[in-house]
Formats: sequence, C-alpha cells, structure tokens
Amino acid sequence: MSVMNILEAIRDALGTEMAADDRVILLGQDIGKFGGIFRATDGLYAQFGGERVIDMPLAEGAIIGSALGLALSGLRPVAEIQFLGFARQAFHQIVSQVARMRHRSRGRFAASMVIRAPFGGGVRTPELHSDAVECQFAQAQGLKVIAPSNPYDAKGMLLAAIRDPDPVLFCEPLHGYRSIKGDVPSSAYTVDFSKANVVRQGNDITLIGWSSAVNVALRAAEALATEGIEATVVDIRSLLPLDVGGIVAAVESTGRCVIVHEAPLTAGFGAEIAATLAREAFYSLQAPIERVTGPDAPYPLAGAEQMYLPGVDRVVAAARRTAQGQ
Amino acid sequence: MAKRRADTRNGVGDRALHHELLRTMLLQRRFEERCAEAYAVGKIGGFCHLYIGQEATGTGAISVLRDDDYVIGTYRDHAQAIARGIAPRAIMAELFGRIDGCSGGKGGSMHLFSREHNFLGGHGIVGGNIPLATGVAFAIKYRGGDQVCLCFFGEAAVNIGSFHESLNMAGLWKLPVIYVIENNRYGMGTALERASAINDIAERARAYDMPRSVVDGQDVLAVRQAVGEAVQRARTECVPTLIEARTYRFMGHSMSDAAAGTYRSKAELDEQLKRDPIALLRSRMQDKGEITDAEVTALDAEVRAQCEDAWQFADQSPEPPLEALYEDVLVDTTSDPELAPVAAGVPPTVAPIAAA
Repeated sequence: MSVMNILEAIRDALGTEMAADDRVILLGQDIGKFGGIFRATDGLYAQFGGERVIDMPLAEGAIIGSALGLALSGLRPVAEIQFLGFARQAFHQIVSQVARMRHRSRGRFAASMVIRAPFGGGVRTPELHSDAVECQFAQAQGLKVIAPSNPYDAKGMLLAAIRDPDPVLFCEPLHGYRSIKGDVPSSAYTVDFSKANVVRQGNDITLIGWSSAVNVALRAAEALATEGIEATVVDIRSLLPLDVGGIVAAVESTGRCVIVHEAPLTAGFGAEIAATLAREAFYSLQAPIERVTGPDAPYPLAGAEQMYLPGVDRVVAAARRTAQGQ
Repeated sequence: MAKRRADTRNGVGDRALHHELLRTMLLQRRFEERCAEAYAVGKIGGFCHLYIGQEATGTGAISVLRDDDYVIGTYRDHAQAIARGIAPRAIMAELFGRIDGCSGGKGGSMHLFSREHNFLGGHGIVGGNIPLATGVAFAIKYRGGDQVCLCFFGEAAVNIGSFHESLNMAGLWKLPVIYVIENNRYGMGTALERASAINDIAERARAYDMPRSVVDGQDVLAVRQAVGEAVQRARTECVPTLIEARTYRFMGHSMSDAAAGTYRSKAELDEQLKRDPIALLRSRMQDKGEITDAEVTALDAEVRAQCEDAWQFADQSPEPPLEALYEDVLVDTTSDPELAPVAAGVPPTVAPIAAA
C-alpha cells in the first residue's frame, strides 16, 4: 500500500498487468521514449521494451483500428489517445468496428481491448484538449465507457478493464491526474466497475457524478454539511453500462438528486440518468432532478474555464434549491 | 475444401489447379446469380453487393494462401468467403439472416465471418478494414509467426485516411500484409479518374516504401502469380506489398442500381464483358486440352446443384430469436468466475481533495 496520484495508479496497473500477461501491449503516440504526453507510461518502455510499448505514428484511426486487429489476434492491446477529444479521429473505429465486432459476428470475434484517454478541463488547456465527450461514446452498444474518480479505482478499474472480454473506453480525469491522491494497494486487485460506488452517505440529497466531478460533489457535500444538509455522493464509475439499480437505490434513500458533469447540458449523460430516475424512482422524488453541467457552448480559453466548469458553488446552490424544493 | 487448396499449393500440376480455380469461380458466379434472385424475391434484405466479373481477383489471391493465413475483406465479400472455403450453405444462410449463417444470422451480406477459416469479415465501411489488417499483421510479427494477412478493398478506398495511416505503419514496421486493391474502376458511380489525383494508384505505395505491382485482375493466373510473389515476400522477409488488380464489375454497385446507363455506357460494359474472367480461364483450359465441353457442362451442373442446396438449406434455417438482439452485445462478466473481482482488503475512503 502506498499513496499515489491517479497517473501513478494507472502506470502501476499497466506495469502490473504487463508483467503478468505478455499478451498485454501498449500503443499510442509518444508513449514509449517520451513516456506519454502526461507520463502515464513513464518507465514502461525501459522496462518492457519498444516491442510492447509502441510509439505509434500520429494516426488515431489506425491506432485504434490496428489495436482491434491485435485484439482479434488474441493480444490484449491498451491504446492511449492523448486527449479524449482526439478520439473523434477514431470515432469510426471505436463505434463502428471495435464496439460492434462481437454482435455482428455473433460472438465469433470480439475485441478485448482498452482505449485510455484523459478528458475534461480545469488545467487551462483549450478546447479539443478539454472536451468531455465521454457521453458521445455512450451510445456505442458493445463498448464499455468507464471513468475512475480516484487512484484506488483507477488501478483496480484499469486492471479489470484489461481483463474484460469486451472493449473498454477508459476515461481518465485530466483535472486530478496529479492532484487527487490516495492509498493504492500493491497487489493486482480489481474493482467491479459495473457497480456504482456510494462514496459518502447522507440523508437529505443525492449527488451523482463520475471522474473528477465526484470530487466536486464531495467538496460540495462538505459545504452543504455546514448548512445542515447531508448529501449522499454516488460515483457511477461506468456510464455504459449504467448501474441503474445502484443509482435508483441511492436516490430513493433521499428523494432528491443533483447530477454533475462537465459536458454541455443538452444531450449530456445527465439527461440519461435523469430520465432513468424519473421513471425508476418517480414515487420517491420530492423535487425536480437538477443537472449542474457545462453550458451549451464550446470549451473556452483558460480565463473563462472556471465559469464553464461545474464548480462547488454551483453544485451547492443547486443542491440547496433541490433540498428545499417540494 | 481447405485440404484441396493445400494440394494445389503443393504443385500437383497445372491441370488440377486450373480445374480447382475454374470450379471456385464458377461456384462464385452461380452463387451470386442466386443471390440476385433471392434479393429480388425478398429473401435477402438490405443491401447486396455482387462480385460478378471480379472473381479472378479474389480467387487468384486467396488461392495462394495457407489455411493459417488471414483474409479480411469488404462488403463485397461473398465470393471471397467461397474462395476461402466457407460453405455456400453457411454463406447463403447468413445472407438470408438465418441462424445457421456463418455469422449466426446477425452479420448479413456485408459481415461474413469465420474463425475456422481465419476470415475476419466482411466490413461495411469503405476503408474501415484496412487498419484491422495492419493490426493482424502486427500481431503475426509480434508473435514471430510466418503467416500473412491478405486485405481487400476497392479503388475508392485509396482516398481514405485509414488507407494512408495503415500503409504508413505497414511500411514503417515491415508487416506481413498484402493490400489488394480491387480496382473495378468505379466507387459506386464515380470513376477513378474523377476521384483520385493519380490514375495509377499502385504508385501510392512509393510514399510508404512498399513494393507494388499492377496485375490484370481478370486473369486468375496472373493474380496468383502477383499475389504469390507478395505472399512469399511477406512470409519470408516480412515485407508488405500493395497490389492493384485491374478488374471490372459486371453488375451495378449493389442490387439497387443498373449495371450501365448512368455513370458508364452500355458499350463500355459490353466491351468489358468480353473479358469475363471465367470464360478467359475456360478458353485457356480448352485450348490446352485441359477440359472438355462435357466436363464444363458437368462442372456447371455440379455448382448449380451446390447453390440450390445452399438456397434450400438457408431457406429452412430459422431466423435468430428476437432475444438474440440483446445477445453478444457484452459478455455477462458476473457469471464468469475468472472475472470475479480480486479483492484487496477494504477499499480506502474516497475523501474530497480541496486543492483539486
């Protein structure tokens, strides 16, 4: 057990699984000698060599497409895309090829592979480098879309993702890569990301988020506690599939809900959660479900990003309204 | 089928080889004629793209492979599946969307798969399969194997990014892959010269330091020769090749458009029909005394019977149950003990990080 940040936990998971399973190989731009754009793979090139930590040409579509070819051949590729916004260059391969392989071949071929990418803003990077587009992949049936919020989950969820028989898009919080720290066991444990994680218990309201929004929700919960409002905070961990039972139970226990995410409001994943709760937890709801999200606008330059991002103050204000609403 | 392919590979003589190639191409032709019929009567839904006229390209290329090599194709994949030895019954059942199809009735015309034959599709999006082939070749090299991957696509695909991304990787890393351009001159209805900055598209290999060749795609033996050399190079030296097979489709792009009259003239089509790849091989064999008229008639009857059998088989195979819609989307990992969560004591409390 040692204290790690999220990047270190990811690196630990990759190294752990590469040592245990020689089918696991890494692909990405500058992941080898350079150590990765955020150093997620730092040291792995030296440890495992250029044959397993492969510096790819700048070609997102073919990085994912060739990773699929590797997966169809029985290897376990883990591809890094430098920013999730860049994964749009590989959208066809991810959505039309990787996700569909099992279904269209009726299980004869499948893609056991992981695509890692940081997403979201908060570190003064501009648009494309800050876009939270995880929900754009959440309609890719056949794909799993997951997003850890803390170092323990980052390692355990990544190990589970690499071992998963299906393809996993592993969305990492760019904001929090280094700042969110916590205890991480040295063993090769896994985290069952199909289950939402209740990270804080409270009786008055339920805050739902994933990845770095979980930390925002936790800080909001602390602020709310000083006002006498006790919040449950749920980390859904996985967008696709969504743990419907988990979020319904967490909302039924309080009757009030605020959903937090960085992506724009319209057609964001919060809409899916809200609609699900409106149906499945209807008789428990005592106030309208609120969403605290990015605005319906492209990501701004650094000066405006704190206004753009769903911050603690906005979550607290929404939670207060919801907690008092009838 | 697979066994027979192996025999022809080991040089049992031209006559037997030519008979085998003729049989395969004739089977493809008759099979797809039945596909057209099945489409017309509604047995096949959606789209249906026929390979009629192009048989020599796929047949010649696949005929030089070993059983442990890989083939990956496009949406015009029926004939390649036949050449690879997938049973006509399983292919027709797949086209009919039936449970005994080679993709279980969930892939359809454009998505034929067979693990047993290392046949990795059938891909519906132009150019979408090229990176996969590159990855398969990458895996072969990673494992130190001597298989090759044969990747088909049409001439329109050479204008797509995935073509360039993939050929760059294959050229850079010297992967055992053979990219075969089935240049049938038209991307749907747009002629090559109206879509590509250069007409000799095999020249694009130069940009990726890759051997290239242009071959008469109507001449099955010429295709065998060209692909055979490329396969040998890939297998022994790990060098990729780009081959442009110049061919022609005698039908429309799919079953929903006319063979001629809009983007190409009837006169052009008639001229091309004179170079029917099956007739070319048959004539050559007849000239050499390798086949008699009676044998041709008997062979035709044999493959027609095989196609009728495939139709009957497909027609009697049930459709997948509606529940199958939800199957094979994701594996149920909760029921697999191998995938049970590996515990590591009590997980730490997730605490808010003030500075984050």
